[in-house]
Amino acid sequence: MTREMTGAEMVIQALKDQGVDTIFGYPGGAVLPIYDEIIQQEGLEHILVRHEQGAGHAAEGYARSTGKPGVALVTSGPGATNMVTALTDAMLDSIPLVCISGQVPTHLIGNDAFQECDTVGITRPCTKHNWLVRNVDDLPRVLHEAFYVATSGRPGPVVVDIPKDVQFATGTYQGPTPNPAAAHKSYRPQLKGDAASIRQAAEMMAAAKKPVLYTGGGVINSGTQACQLLRELVSLTGFPITSTLMGLGAYPASGDNWLGMLGMHGTFEANMAMHDCDLMVCIGARFDDRITGRTDAFSPNSRKIHIDIDPSSINKTINVDLPIIGDVGHVLEDLVRIWRSSSMKADEKAMKAWWQQVDAWRARNSLAYKPNNDVIMPQYAIQRLYELTKHRKTFISTEVGQHQMWAAQFYGFEEPNHWLTSGGLGTMGYGLPAAIGAQVAHRDALCVDIAGDASILMNIQEMSTAVQFGLPVKVFILNNQYMGMVRQWQQLLHGNRLSHSYTDSLPDFVKLAEAYGGVGIRVEKPGDLDGAIEEMVSVDKPVLFDCRVANLANCFPMIPSGKAHNEMLLPDEANDEAVANAISAEGKSLV
Amino acid sequence: MNAQNVDAPSAYFLAEVSNEIETHTLSLLVDNEPGVLARVIGLFSGRGYNIDSLTVSETEHERHLSRITIVTTGTPMIIEQIRHQLDRLVPVHRVTDLTVRAKRANQDKPLERELALIKVAGDGDKRLEALRLGDAFRATVIDATTEHFVFEITGRTSKIEQFIAIMKPLGLVEVSRTGVAAVQRGPEGL
Repeated sequence: MTREMTGAEMVIQALKDQGVDTIFGYPGGAVLPIYDEIIQQEGLEHILVRHEQGAGHAAEGYARSTGKPGVALVTSGPGATNMVTALTDAMLDSIPLVCISGQVPTHLIGNDAFQECDTVGITRPCTKHNWLVRNVDDLPRVLHEAFYVATSGRPGPVVVDIPKDVQFATGTYQGPTPNPAAAHKSYRPQLKGDAASIRQAAEMMAAAKKPVLYTGGGVINSGTQACQLLRELVSLTGFPITSTLMGLGAYPASGDNWLGMLGMHGTFEANMAMHDCDLMVCIGARFDDRITGRTDAFSPNSRKIHIDIDPSSINKTINVDLPIIGDVGHVLEDLVRIWRSSSMKADEKAMKAWWQQVDAWRARNSLAYKPNNDVIMPQYAIQRLYELTKHRKTFISTEVGQHQMWAAQFYGFEEPNHWLTSGGLGTMGYGLPAAIGAQVAHRDALCVDIAGDASILMNIQEMSTAVQFGLPVKVFILNNQYMGMVRQWQQLLHGNRLSHSYTDSLPDFVKLAEAYGGVGIRVEKPGDLDGAIEEMVSVDKPVLFDCRVANLANCFPMIPSGKAHNEMLLPDEANDEAVANAISAEGKSLV
Repeated sequence: MNAQNVDAPSAYFLAEVSNEIETHTLSLLVDNEPGVLARVIGLFSGRGYNIDSLTVSETEHERHLSRITIVTTGTPMIIEQIRHQLDRLVPVHRVTDLTVRAKRANQDKPLERELALIKVAGDGDKRLEALRLGDAFRATVIDATTEHFVFEITGRTSKIEQFIAIMKPLGLVEVSRTGVAAVQRGPEGL
């Protein structure tokens, strides 16, 4: 389809042609022509946020919960700089995000004009790619290319910066090309894995005595088909499976082979299996420092297979024996096919012994905590939230900190795309806008932001967005009055000198909810928790749920900084002395 | 990789990991569009990689392609990372490690040349000596007064370094260098 139209019209048309139904944005001088088109059309819903960072995270929540790209629209200058955190977040977690930003007119670029900033310069290191469109004739091509780049290969955020005069200018619109990968002159990521390598992987798996599958967000990014194939692979091989924070839900938490999450706050059995295995199959994960602990002591006796779509993930921190470059879905399809067609079997005797070992680790019950009848334990609060919401269609987002780790440990995810959390960047303030993004995409679902009392205040203004658009998101605040994870690290690393990690003047969250036009619920006793959660779920409005929990609870188990997987600090061993000496002088300099 | 894995039975298993610092010459074919050099340089500074030398110029005008030659140092693992990170940039068409290519072809190094303009000022014996050495290094005099010469010299980096060192006591004023341009030996292109 080709047709004469203005740049602003092209933006709307291109979004519609790309199948976009929702955008998250905030108007301003340099995007007024686009906003003027938004109000004159139907089919593209605009969600007005209260801060551009919120637009970015909401678009991420939309993307994560649907598997489609999220779209944000912001103005020049501060609009664009406010997006930087969300772009970086999407970059580190490989979330497809298309951000359209206004820019001052081309003749003013470089003049320090009002609300001018070098948007492409500022966002270059935090996007997969970005474009400044100086000519309206380039705009349709760039917009379609932006969607292709954001969603193909390893997904990520892109920015299209459009000067105001280009939005007013008239040019010829062209629709998307049917096969953008073939049409693109330089960016064509490899999807199919090398067949010989995949066969080699299957043979290594069949020969393994102590295998473990280590999966990550790449499985979820690859799509629901990839998650199905992963489940099939697990049932065919009988291998134990663990996952990173980003990969929760790809394999169901109720599955027999599930070891729980691995890494710094992962389970004992997951980390011990990683340490003691003889074959590690890494599928769509990237050996992040929160996963590996001390790299020179990381899984010393294993051979390692690494399936990843991004060649730069291979051998970045951990050297692997067999790299397979390709999309997880494609590679797993081939792997499962080869396994079946060659009637391959795992070493049954060895697997039996391996599972006995794993079960012995499981019996250590590393997530245990001391129950309390007077004070709500944060772990208990998550457990009750899970029990009372697991039969519904529920999306869980989080902020960042202890509550995030407890959510990952105690909320069971059965399906992919239902867990929205900021893993790589660790962005406090992510959860509420992400929950809003998920709620927009799934109006009938229960969308809960598991939050901390500190994190929630970082983007609390989005309550106003939720109320305006009738989005009944629930903010489940584990309120311990501390920045809990900061306090925990100060206890571990800095002689329990709690420098500025106590929030002295927290708002009254119940009144705050009411001020925004939502509902506030406070609960202080374990006995009242279930009733309060049920009330929260049944309210058809945004809720701030102020759950007062034990103030000084620590998040265990934990691999202290600078330690290996088999040197975990377990909850029942974590007395004051062990906590005080958990981290060596060398480990103290690590993050 | 772990020591016991080195003999693992596969063509895909890596060679033993070395932690020695090596110097490699990378050749990139990129779209000649605004910001492409900033992307490349930003990647190096952002990830803490070294740039010893960098040259860039459009080499295919009709396709708007530029060729960037980068000389970098690092362990083999880092250099492999650099190559993949560069390859990930959207406007990058191809990344070739010319040093690896040369080694595979049993050559010492790829063909590498640099051009330098070197200004030397002085009189008497020093001036004569500079001119004589310039001749010995096949440097051309491209500008002169009774007080100075400007030499144009082409060659491998080591030759240029040597020439500059020799000129230092003879009245070296300033140096401008292009950085390394490189191609692979033999009939094949990138």
